[in-house]
Amino acid sequence: MSNILEANDISVQFGGLLAVNNVNFNIPKKSIVSLIGPNGAGKTTFFNVLTGLYKPSAGNIVYDGRDITDLAPHKIAEIGIARTFQNIRLFGLMTAQENLLVAMHSHLKSGITATILRTSKQRKEEREAEERAQEILDFAGVGKWTYEFARNLSYGDQRRLEVARALALNPKVLLLDEPTAGMNPQESQIFIDFVRKLIAERDVSVMLIEHDMKVVMSVSQRVTVLDQGEKIAEGSPDEIKSNPRVIEAYLGKPKGSK
Amino acid sequence: MAKTIAPNNVAKSNRKWITGYSIIGLLLFITYQFLLPWEGLPLGIYDAIYRWMPPSAINESLVYIIMALGLNIVVGYAGLLDLGYVAFWAIGGYCAGWFMSEFFYFLNINFLGSVPAEAPGIHINFWMVLLIGGFVCGVFGILIGAPTLRLKSDYLALVTLGFGEIIPQVFFNGENFFGYNISNGTKGIVGVDPIPVGVKNLGPFDFGWKLLIFLLLTAVMVFISLRLRRGRLGRAWLAIREDELAASMMGVPLMRTKLAAYAVGAFAGGLGGVAFATHVNGVYAERFNFTISIFLLAMVVLGGMGNVWGVILGAFILSWVNGNGLTAFGQLYNEQFGTDIDFASFTFLLFGLVLIFMMLFKREGLLPESRLKLMLHEDELDQIDASSKSGDK
Repeated sequence: MSNILEANDISVQFGGLLAVNNVNFNIPKKSIVSLIGPNGAGKTTFFNVLTGLYKPSAGNIVYDGRDITDLAPHKIAEIGIARTFQNIRLFGLMTAQENLLVAMHSHLKSGITATILRTSKQRKEEREAEERAQEILDFAGVGKWTYEFARNLSYGDQRRLEVARALALNPKVLLLDEPTAGMNPQESQIFIDFVRKLIAERDVSVMLIEHDMKVVMSVSQRVTVLDQGEKIAEGSPDEIKSNPRVIEAYLGKPKGSK
Repeated sequence: MAKTIAPNNVAKSNRKWITGYSIIGLLLFITYQFLLPWEGLPLGIYDAIYRWMPPSAINESLVYIIMALGLNIVVGYAGLLDLGYVAFWAIGGYCAGWFMSEFFYFLNINFLGSVPAEAPGIHINFWMVLLIGGFVCGVFGILIGAPTLRLKSDYLALVTLGFGEIIPQVFFNGENFFGYNISNGTKGIVGVDPIPVGVKNLGPFDFGWKLLIFLLLTAVMVFISLRLRRGRLGRAWLAIREDELAASMMGVPLMRTKLAAYAVGAFAGGLGGVAFATHVNGVYAERFNFTISIFLLAMVVLGGMGNVWGVILGAFILSWVNGNGLTAFGQLYNEQFGTDIDFASFTFLLFGLVLIFMMLFKREGLLPESRLKLMLHEDELDQIDASSKSGDK
């Protein structure tokens, strides 16, 4: 199985702090992989490197056979790496539809003059974009909120809308940063089903940062554990569950051992 | 809570405002072009119009409206604070000064100009100079924006403030700009070409016809604003205003999008500059000072950031109070009560008070954009929620 995204020997340094230290990570095509670790382990930093927000101090990132280490964030988004945020960052005062249309920005073409003159080409493009947005909203289960301001949606719907917005970029890699944070078990279960449906129906790979172990273990094909910026384990959910280093990182060393 | 926006129905809403705008515009035009010079007009009405809204004042208001609409694109749509907008006004004005006057007396270029071909200087047709002014300003917007737009909020505001000072100063001291005279310095460029409209040329005192032209320019700016707002670029501006980081993560190129806002905004500044030069029949460097930038910003904030109709209202009110309203009111007051107060000198006190009270009681402006209103009153709604909940206990 080939990889859609490969991050090789990534290090990120903030002043004297090594937030991510020499981490290798790859995402196979059409898969769900998870990144877990205690708070402050460098998971979100690693995400920010993948999306171009931080530049790694060492290492490189290859997406679909192309080195994207030095690309600007909006370029990385455009070629197909989309993300959601740990704390929801929707455009609250824009409707659900507009949120998705913003994400389609880089795939639409009309310039200033075409927009002012409302050429038939521009109108057609807008209409098609709106139809596609509706399709994605329906797929994500927020289809009835098309003309509602994003901030007025319920928490779960906002989470779903954020995924829908990321999907509007037509990504091949979807990075979800703690998507089930603040959800109750039923909502989490609905979300897991949604992610599974996503993989089944669309040509997309999902990378997940998650604290809810039930979600991680039930949905991921592979789990990677970060602790203090270093990769300490990688493997199938079952392997991770019984890995002593992982248990140590989460629970501390057993009493009496050195 | 549920606040829904009707699906895009651009064509219909456009037809509506164009009809309304045309009717109001036509009424204004008829009043100033035909009614005012009509001998049968009762003297009382004639006096009232001249006291409260003389033809020159309404034309000047329209120039401010055009520029406020441009600033609204930068400040209201894209959320970039610009304290140096007067720079574009100045550049637009000097475009008119250079390309349609006898300023370059040693040249003799005449391109569809409204003066005889043998007149010295560069004389290009007004309508082309409008476009030239707009595009030169647009280019300057990009030139100024490219280094400054990397900065955020307060820092951006400070740098734009700097450019807003630099450019008018260059013109103010422009008699010797590296050996060239680019502006006549403090003397200014006196006399610009009349506006050709086919059948006749409009000189500085053809207020009625120029009113029509300025109304047309305002309509063009409204049209551009509304269309861009509903399109791909407008959405990107809004997204940047809301959350820059999220916007860039969703594939919106920040630099290019912000530059586009600057360029379109500056374009309007250029239109305003050219229009103003024909209005006052000249270009005078001392007009382009910092207070104008603040004045324009106050218009946008007072009227309602992001809503073109609000901005038009704000610009109209402030420019009217500044130009004629307060003086006329003072005159009336002094006549009635036999006092001798110089009301015009209280203009800026009044503006200050108005802005303070606006910020205290109606932060979103007179005619706010629905989204902004929602945002600015959210904390109050939260408080109401909290108090009603605590009241239940």
